[in-house]
Amino acid sequence: MAEKIQVPTMAQMAASGEVPEILFWVGCAGSFDDRAKKITKAIVRILHHCGVKYAVLGAEESCTGDPAKRAGNEFLYQMQAMQNIQVLNGYEIKKIVTGCPHCFNIMKNEYPELGGTYEVVHHTQLINDLMKEGRLQVKDGGSFKGKRITFHDPCYLGRANDVYEAPRKALEQLDSELVEMKRCKSKGLCCGAGGAQMFKEAEPGNKEVNVERTEDALEVSPNVIATGCPFCNTMMTDGVKNFEKESEIEVKDVAELIAEAADLI
Amino acid sequence: MIAQILFILVLAAGIFLFARRIREIRRNIGLGRSEERSDQAGKRLKVMTLVALGQSKMVTRPVAGLMHILIYVGFIIINIEVLEILIDGVTGHHRIFASMGMGSLYDVLIASFEVLAAGVLLACVVFLIRRNLMNIRRFHAAEMTSWPKSDANIILVVEILLMFAFLSMNATDSILQDRVAEMQENNEPVSEALSHYIDAGSFPVSDAFFRPMFEGIESNATLMNVERFMWWFHIVGILAFLVYVPYSKHFHIFMAFPNTWYSKLDAIGKASNLKSVTNEVKLMLDPNADPFAAPAPDPNADPIKFGAKDVQDLSWKQLFDAYTCTECGRCTSVCPANQTGKLLSPRKIMMDTRDRLEEAGEDLDESGNVKTDGKTLLRDYISEEELWACTTCNACVDACPVNIDPVSIIIDLRRHLIMEESKSPESITAMFNNVENNGAPWAFPAADRGKWAEEMEA
Repeated sequence: MAEKIQVPTMAQMAASGEVPEILFWVGCAGSFDDRAKKITKAIVRILHHCGVKYAVLGAEESCTGDPAKRAGNEFLYQMQAMQNIQVLNGYEIKKIVTGCPHCFNIMKNEYPELGGTYEVVHHTQLINDLMKEGRLQVKDGGSFKGKRITFHDPCYLGRANDVYEAPRKALEQLDSELVEMKRCKSKGLCCGAGGAQMFKEAEPGNKEVNVERTEDALEVSPNVIATGCPFCNTMMTDGVKNFEKESEIEVKDVAELIAEAADLI
Repeated sequence: MIAQILFILVLAAGIFLFARRIREIRRNIGLGRSEERSDQAGKRLKVMTLVALGQSKMVTRPVAGLMHILIYVGFIIINIEVLEILIDGVTGHHRIFASMGMGSLYDVLIASFEVLAAGVLLACVVFLIRRNLMNIRRFHAAEMTSWPKSDANIILVVEILLMFAFLSMNATDSILQDRVAEMQENNEPVSEALSHYIDAGSFPVSDAFFRPMFEGIESNATLMNVERFMWWFHIVGILAFLVYVPYSKHFHIFMAFPNTWYSKLDAIGKASNLKSVTNEVKLMLDPNADPFAAPAPDPNADPIKFGAKDVQDLSWKQLFDAYTCTECGRCTSVCPANQTGKLLSPRKIMMDTRDRLEEAGEDLDESGNVKTDGKTLLRDYISEEELWACTTCNACVDACPVNIDPVSIIIDLRRHLIMEESKSPESITAMFNNVENNGAPWAFPAADRGKWAEEMEA
């Protein structure tokens, strides 16, 4: 049964003179969105269970600036980035795990030029590493044994940064049937949320992008659509509801699936 | 002798017109901002070898990819034959390589050119059918009407005609070679003109498919005229095509290699950080900064502009991309916005950039200034609606067989809209305000950011 976990903040760690192994960058969705908070909690349960010495920034964390940058507001992005870098460098952070591919991409690729150089990994990469090291084990595939799971590649994890294998390797441990959509990996179709689309109405067209993508998923008749991004999660969940399939198909993050199968939630 | 002089004149005219057009394009690309793309030569060589020489991104669609490789290999190898034709034309020889003691190597060369020419011919016919008779969506998009549609068909028809002329030239040559050999065997006199047709080359394709068309011509003089006509048609056609290509989408045959050399080498997801913004933000965030201590701005310096409104605000590489685009539409066919009926088409972004740049170039020729017509890339060519439909998913960048990056242009145009005109959809403005005030794109208090941790209940 899940235990109550005290999530350490960087401020607390610094006060007691401790240095975490890794900083968990939660992200805006993971902090505020009710659905995404469940993903955040699953990641924390995994970190805690594996004995990873981690910390979060809590109220000291702020938007990375990604939606502002992709929408063209370079000023706001760089303001956010430099303030975040000040905080991160102040704590002498070396390694970061993010719960969101957009945070992952921007901190990994765009922060270094502004003075913020860290080893940045996405949570599916960390989970895969923990499993490889034997620190995280799923007994007999857990509750997902034999189920059909399809992984939707988040653009900013896959195409943008070539991370295709880590989430799939982690999902393989579930002893389930991993099925690929016709458009997958570098050819994966966007969920429709990127480039600040999440925060605006779609431009006029004849279909929503998330509906088009959900059709790809429905074609392979999955029990679970797995994602690695809180925004993809929202879009795919809405897409499944659009087809009134929510009683048959679950949309879950890789972290949630693993945590559930390992009996952590 | 007259033929030689005429040939040299035609050749010189072709080269002159081609060179003049290349100079013009270089000048136009030079209108763009500077951008460093010359580092890491080893890595660049690798990308160019794989993507341009190796066609690695073409074959992701096997039918079009393999057909394209056929034309591409044909184009490169048949150039050896064009070299021979050029030397023949200037010196007045006939099949000079054959008389250079190549022996059976010449037979092998000509035979392989013939097979490749047949391949090119076949592929071009298939491409014409695909383009005009089959319902392939990317060839029928809104931007593929009028000139772009004709341009594509002109290129294919010209290539078919050139290959037809080449194989007809070989077929008539082959007949003449046989007739001359027979005359010599029978000790019949061979005229000076006919004596050029020495036994040279092996013609597997033209012998099988083109020879029957010309064998009925009994007069050797007429047959020679047909052979000469095909020879001239082929080489003048090639020179005319050389001049046409840099005005056409077909210019990719010259641009693909350098464009892949100058590829972005970072992760696809990395967008540029604007240096001009970095300087200002640093000043704003530095508590010790004294704004009056900053050196007086240079009155002669260009005013700092954020983002791009017109082509000269883009970088030279983005303009290079525009001239490289061959309008294949693979980008548009994978664009999530385009597939769901939105106005955005990444291919159109590239075509618009090139068309506006051409227009700016003409303006420069006429008035010495690129702005006299008052038009800009933004709005006169690319609408705000197109820009706001992009999800920056980079599927277009991944799909481009020559590593063109339409997303960077979209972001630069958005930067202008936001930072120079403060113009964005209302909900985007609200998102900016939230990020600025609450440190998140939604209106939650920043202090509550860590609250989820209190809910780590048992």
